[in-house]
Amino acid sequence: MAQAPAAEMETKWWSGGKSPFNVEYGKLMMWYFLMSDAFTFGAFLISYGTIRFSQNFWPDPNKVFNAFPLAGHANLPLAFVSLMTFILIVSSVTMVLAVHAGHHNDKKSVIKWMIWTIIGGIAFLACQAWEWTHLITGDHAVMVNGVVEHIGTTVTRNPWGPEVAGAMHDGHHLTTTGPVAFGGYFFGITGFHGFHVLSGVVINIIMLIMTINGVFEKRGHYLMIEKAGLYWHFVDLVWVFVFLCFYLI
Amino acid sequence: MSIEHTTTVQESASLASTHDHHDGHHEHHHEESFISKYVFSQDHKMIAKQFLITGMIWAVIGGLFSVLFRLQLGYPEMSFPILEDLFGKWAAGGRISNEFYYALVTMHGTILVFFVLTAGLSGTFANFLIPLQIGARDMASPMLNMLSYWFFFLASIIMFASMFIQTGPASGGWTIYPPLSALGQASEGSKLGMDYWLVSMAMFIVSSLLGGLNYISTILNMRTKGMTMTRLPLTIWALFFTAVLGVLSFPVLLSGAILLLFDRNLGTSFYLSEIVVKGEILPNEGGSAILFQHLFWFLGHPEVYIILLPALGMVSEILSVNSRKPIFGYLAMVGSLFAIAILAFLVWAHHMFVTGLNPFLGAFFVLLTLLIAVPSAIKVFNWLTTLWRGNLRFTPGMLFAIGFVSLFISGGLTGIFLGNSTLDIHLHDTYFVVAHFHIVMGVASMFGMFAGVYHWYPKMYGRYMNNTLAYIHFWVSLIGAYLIFWPMHYQGLAGMPRRYTDFSNWESFKQFGEMNRFISTVAMIVFVVQLLFIFNFFYSIWKGRKVTTQNPWGANTLEWTTPVRPGHGNWPGEIPEVHRWAYDYGKDGRDFIPQTEKISDSESKH
Ligand code: HEM
Ligand SMILES: [Cu+2]
Repeated sequence: MAQAPAAEMETKWWSGGKSPFNVEYGKLMMWYFLMSDAFTFGAFLISYGTIRFSQNFWPDPNKVFNAFPLAGHANLPLAFVSLMTFILIVSSVTMVLAVHAGHHNDKKSVIKWMIWTIIGGIAFLACQAWEWTHLITGDHAVMVNGVVEHIGTTVTRNPWGPEVAGAMHDGHHLTTTGPVAFGGYFFGITGFHGFHVLSGVVINIIMLIMTINGVFEKRGHYLMIEKAGLYWHFVDLVWVFVFLCFYLI
Repeated sequence: MSIEHTTTVQESASLASTHDHHDGHHEHHHEESFISKYVFSQDHKMIAKQFLITGMIWAVIGGLFSVLFRLQLGYPEMSFPILEDLFGKWAAGGRISNEFYYALVTMHGTILVFFVLTAGLSGTFANFLIPLQIGARDMASPMLNMLSYWFFFLASIIMFASMFIQTGPASGGWTIYPPLSALGQASEGSKLGMDYWLVSMAMFIVSSLLGGLNYISTILNMRTKGMTMTRLPLTIWALFFTAVLGVLSFPVLLSGAILLLFDRNLGTSFYLSEIVVKGEILPNEGGSAILFQHLFWFLGHPEVYIILLPALGMVSEILSVNSRKPIFGYLAMVGSLFAIAILAFLVWAHHMFVTGLNPFLGAFFVLLTLLIAVPSAIKVFNWLTTLWRGNLRFTPGMLFAIGFVSLFISGGLTGIFLGNSTLDIHLHDTYFVVAHFHIVMGVASMFGMFAGVYHWYPKMYGRYMNNTLAYIHFWVSLIGAYLIFWPMHYQGLAGMPRRYTDFSNWESFKQFGEMNRFISTVAMIVFVVQLLFIFNFFYSIWKGRKVTTQNPWGANTLEWTTPVRPGHGNWPGEIPEVHRWAYDYGKDGRDFIPQTEKISDSESKH
């Protein structure tokens, strides 16, 4: 078995002396890293799921996420997060274009598309910052122990509990405080994702500078851009799951 | 055999040969500075030694802690003024305080499990053996490899610093279950020390991730020509699965640790719900302490195999070399490693049978847990058949390898008791569990590590360790380990719980006073003998008998084709090509046939 002479060997790819997957080690490492990171996010999301479904009540995302910058009190459920998601997906597309340009050693296009990707990333983060601020500072009236209080959404309290039958306040139904876990998981997981986006933006900026300085041109390949691209798409993919879990379900 | 390089590789510049970049400058020995050679070294062999020596320092600290708390358990009524001199308020009146006891046990577990048997063991041997045995000049990324060590170093510093905090280090057990670990007001050890613990472990996880990614891509990508996967020595297979386990399970602990940090510092309620501490009602609600246990044990169980697998691999190799026989059932060995790696992810809840886990769910975990006995037994039988009628050479490495097999059998059998959820209701959190995991994981993996050190020492330092000291080390450790942990099974069966500082005022456990004293005495003797090993190790670096031949054990694997003291790059000339598996011992009347030797026409097949 293991002693068959090399000449008789069919599986050339695995016979040593080369990469069996035809990829350079760095890319392989990136893939494994992403698998590992997927487990981190997976653990977060599964924790979120178990806690959420152990509660009697969970806030309705259409009510929590209905604001839009400059739109005042207009009720626009999920409009803003859709925009955020769209931005991130577009930035993935521009990343694909950057990688593609890299394959053709087209430095100018790489620079162009990397800049767009970075802009997309920063725009996403800016949106997230606005959304967080809005949630934290946006006070809502809630009934706490028979008294009306105005509170925002934080990791310890939030106003998204069930409605108090018959009680109105400023034309809205008065609610009680919502499940504490809502804020913790929302800020915890979107924050952890945002941190990934931030790292991605930093990585992309470094890649951009290296491209501008002609580092990859000298190397003759734009492999690093590809690896940064893998990471960026992954972050994007994770967002799809986060989006699904927090906004759609 | 075909020599031509495959040039279909797309990024040919960096790929045509994965080894090119080193080939240019291996001949001339340019003087390296002290810093780049010993401190920020990127040579996998030096990094391995850094892991090993850091691990040894930790082992002494962790071992010393166990001596201290065994002192308490063995002599609960006595007072040792020297303890007060050394530890002040922690040992007021010369007696180890409850807080101190818990801090010691927690740190002992954390240090031994993570810093010694994970970083010290995988870190050392994955780094040392992977490039040497697969025929590579270094790791895929020497840079990340170096960072892996330095993150471990950082984690070590933080953990070490935590022991000097006024309120002491973490002391909720190595499993740091909330709510105890989440609430500073609940115990001294849950104050700042716990934050240090979590941050240290986060650094540790980064280190293990960097290392693991490197090991995996090196093994897959950098094998020398002819080194098919089925020609890999079993050490490499074991280290490969270890790395995969680490890469996929540590991130889950990271999630768990991050949520715990939030609960501790941001007022979230991930693990907390409806708690009263010292009369104070906490506002937290809706969290689940059991959730933490799931996250923890999803890592925790694979972790015990992360500790064990490298030992399994090294023992297979050492047994075969020193029996002068091929390893029995090579593919079965690989297959059982694979099975263990898969099952390791599916059994975590056997640590949670008594948490209120749904018994119906528990039944599945019982089944999957007991299934692990199958690949484990396959391995044991294969080792025994490898030894059977071999020309055994009782080198120190071989003795420790045989000792490992004995311990693995003894500890594995008690696992079968524990794996039954009904029996576990009685046995959980008793000394039976302590005995089980110390024998099967603690001592056994330590033995694997010792076997590896004794066996590969000639390759590491170009000298041998002293045999007489090694034999003393072996026999005292083996007999000592059984004398320490065997009696604990009886204590556990009698219901004696773990994590108590003093049993003397329990009517039911008074009978064990004598036994506890005996265990403690043996533990101290065994500890001293480990110092003998440390002495032997360092003494031999400078004074040991010199290795004069390239291949002192007559082994087949590639590391023995390098010079006695290989430089950075490992082989002065071309990397050798591999033509056969690693286990052609006693074939066709020849004692051994190195992997680099071509298969001749007249050779028999088997
Ligand atoms: C046939 C194989 C095995 C079975 C069925 C088994 C089963 C179990 C069970 C059910 C427990 C939980 C006991 C309790 O807490 O009540 C346990 C604990 C433990 N086992 Fe095993 N085990 C096996 C092999 C191993 C191996 C090979 C290792 C390590 C290399 C290991 C390490 C541990 C550790 C560290 C603990 C205790 C952790 C703690 O609570 O602090 N076991 N084992
Ligand atoms: Cu387990």
